[in-house]
Amino acid sequence: MNFDDTPQEAEFRATARKWIDANAPKQYEAELSKSSLGRIRLEKEDIVDVGKAWQKKKAESGWACLHWPKEYGGRGASPIEKVIWQQEEGVYGKLTQPFQIGEGMCGPTVMAFGSEEHKRHYLPKLASGEHIWCQLFSEPAGGSDVAGLRTRAEKKGDNWIVNGQKIWTSGAHYSDYGLLITRTDPNVPKHKGLTMFFLDMKSKGVEVRPIKQANGMQEFNEVYFTDVVIPDSQRLGAVGDGWNVSLTTLMNERMSIGSRLATGFPEMFEFCSNLMTDDGLAIDDPATRSKLASWAVKASGLKYTSYRAISSLSKGERPGPENSIGKLVSGMMLQDIATYAMDLQGAAGALAGADEELARGQFQQMLLSSPSMRIAGGTDEILRNIIAERVLGLPGDIRVDKDVPFNKIPTKGR
Amino acid sequence: MNFDFSDEQKQMRDEARKFLAEKCPSKAVREVLDGKAPYDKELWKGLAEMGFLGVAIPEEFGGAGAGHLELCVIAEEMGRANAPVPFSSTVYLAAEALLLAGSDAQKRKWLPKIASGEAIGTLALFEGKGNPSPKAIKLQASGGTLSGVKKPVPDGAIADFAVVAARTGSTGRDADISLFLVDLKAGGVEAKPLTNIDPTRGQAELTFKNAKAEPLGATGEGWSILTQVLDRAAVLLAFEQVGGSDRALEMGRDYALDRIAFGRPIGSFQAVKHMLADMYVSATLARSNCYYGAWALSTNAAELPEAAAAARISATQAFQHCSKNNIQVHGGMGFTWEFDCHMYYRRANATALTLGSLSYWEDQLIDRMRRKNAA
Repeated sequence: MNFDDTPQEAEFRATARKWIDANAPKQYEAELSKSSLGRIRLEKEDIVDVGKAWQKKKAESGWACLHWPKEYGGRGASPIEKVIWQQEEGVYGKLTQPFQIGEGMCGPTVMAFGSEEHKRHYLPKLASGEHIWCQLFSEPAGGSDVAGLRTRAEKKGDNWIVNGQKIWTSGAHYSDYGLLITRTDPNVPKHKGLTMFFLDMKSKGVEVRPIKQANGMQEFNEVYFTDVVIPDSQRLGAVGDGWNVSLTTLMNERMSIGSRLATGFPEMFEFCSNLMTDDGLAIDDPATRSKLASWAVKASGLKYTSYRAISSLSKGERPGPENSIGKLVSGMMLQDIATYAMDLQGAAGALAGADEELARGQFQQMLLSSPSMRIAGGTDEILRNIIAERVLGLPGDIRVDKDVPFNKIPTKGR
Repeated sequence: MNFDFSDEQKQMRDEARKFLAEKCPSKAVREVLDGKAPYDKELWKGLAEMGFLGVAIPEEFGGAGAGHLELCVIAEEMGRANAPVPFSSTVYLAAEALLLAGSDAQKRKWLPKIASGEAIGTLALFEGKGNPSPKAIKLQASGGTLSGVKKPVPDGAIADFAVVAARTGSTGRDADISLFLVDLKAGGVEAKPLTNIDPTRGQAELTFKNAKAEPLGATGEGWSILTQVLDRAAVLLAFEQVGGSDRALEMGRDYALDRIAFGRPIGSFQAVKHMLADMYVSATLARSNCYYGAWALSTNAAELPEAAAAARISATQAFQHCSKNNIQVHGGMGFTWEFDCHMYYRRANATALTLGSLSYWEDQLIDRMRRKNAA
């Protein structure tokens, strides 16, 4: 049991570190180190522009999409090398946020289902950040129940005509391409009538509207499709096989090993260590200590769980299912920590932004943003279902709509 | 990074699991639970023959000389099997104290006997309510004898010797405390078994009346040694707790798959699935914290105090959570004496207090983290 690299890993790490040291945009280091939750922002520049420059530089030297084959813009690196790269890239990894959906989900789907011509044409530009991709799955009527989606695609000659609406599309407003799942046959059960496409986001009839979120920010979009024409050549997988294609996409969502999820604990520990209350330092209060200790062992538990997964990768094994707990634990922690930090602030805890003087509103921001961490990328409830079914082997839910033609499924509860 | 046990260590875990599945079925645990025997002597003998009692004791003292990572994997299996033997008191407390502070002669006298199963040892620390604290130790040492009362002492009624924390000064400092070795069979010590929530691991009151005692470690060093012993034991006991958590989770999962209600397995109801998923989450967090504790223990790392506290807290929470919800998944059947659920519930809640309570370790963790941050 040790934390050491193998000789090959150490060599790879040294090479990566040297390159990053010579090439990283160090002027943003301090600013990037600070922000830990939600979309990253830079004070003076657009994160997408800075990110694109970094991604391009990486791609030119073979450090983009490391685990992809070289001919598609990657490096042909092993999973453990990708983890080591992420560790070394550190805070600059935050600059890759606009490309993560493309690299993690859209790219792998194109790689699995696209034609060779498509792969050679689209993937290198995705890898180098020249093109940004978004993923168009969720709909107002299909969140956790993705297969309940209603966006229609109808065949007309060699094209498909798309009408409908997607929601919660991050980056749609700056994306060049989108991965789109549609319903092509409403007369069969819901999972069987879906088909996957990719499309140019500048196509006529695509309209992107920002969503004003509960926390007051605008980070996601609604995307409306009105008679959008997609050539049949941009179909991924067979007609009616969209559900299977989407499983490939979502499976790749799990490539999160090694990327640390924010828990709020380091911020909270620091806050309590410095906060003077009427009864002394907050960290000397037994109730506070007890809470801090419970959060501390959750945070360390997550850290060492990811170490176990990294160790599996290092041995060339597939990591076990342990990593599925990450988002479930960290999402709830953020919310609980924010609530308690504000409790310690008393009446002034209701203030926000710079008017909250003790921590400049960071816990208030955490409070208002944290609900999304428990919903996006699989709700807490869906994650518990996944753990129960795929890890513990419990039976799936009884699905009353499973064998019902999609257009016969009730659409209203009452 | 190789943050995992080696193949040989995993093989040892499999051996221990197989051995315990055969020699320590629920029926054997129940013999002790029902008061028919103070501990499972046959199993104790078998553990000695397998080399498990002395796995971390060096060969020169009659052990297998393997190491603490090996002991961790055995500990996990002891917890999983709910073994009704004085393993934790003898191996994690007494043997560790001897290894840390014993003279060569003391090690030669007791460690081979521990490894061979001839001697049961324990640590006599507490004197009634409260958590580990030098202030709470009143038992007096004078002229090579001890006088006073210790309780609860784990496995105190069946132990052959005890490491005893006693007062040798009155300055109000940690240096007032020293450790002693007492042969409990040599007279001067009266042992009274105490009723406790987990009869599969006995507790006793030991009354010392001018009992002959020899110093273990230097005078005034007692508290410092004790702190280290408790940290080491905390990691090892945490592995037992993780073993118990996993077993309770498995029992709950298996029952949820078998039991039909409302025309379907209860494991298909989300209320039940989510309860089991949450048990998996806490067991996984605990296991990962324990691995870090194992690393720190086996390498004597400077991080051990913090790692031990984190492992202890996480594993205590997980075992309490899993054993409690295992009963809940079983419903009414879980509340019968016949089902094994209560044995894990008892063990979880008794183990949670053996080395100091959860709140004590939470306090320790925060102190240790602050010290690290300050340094």
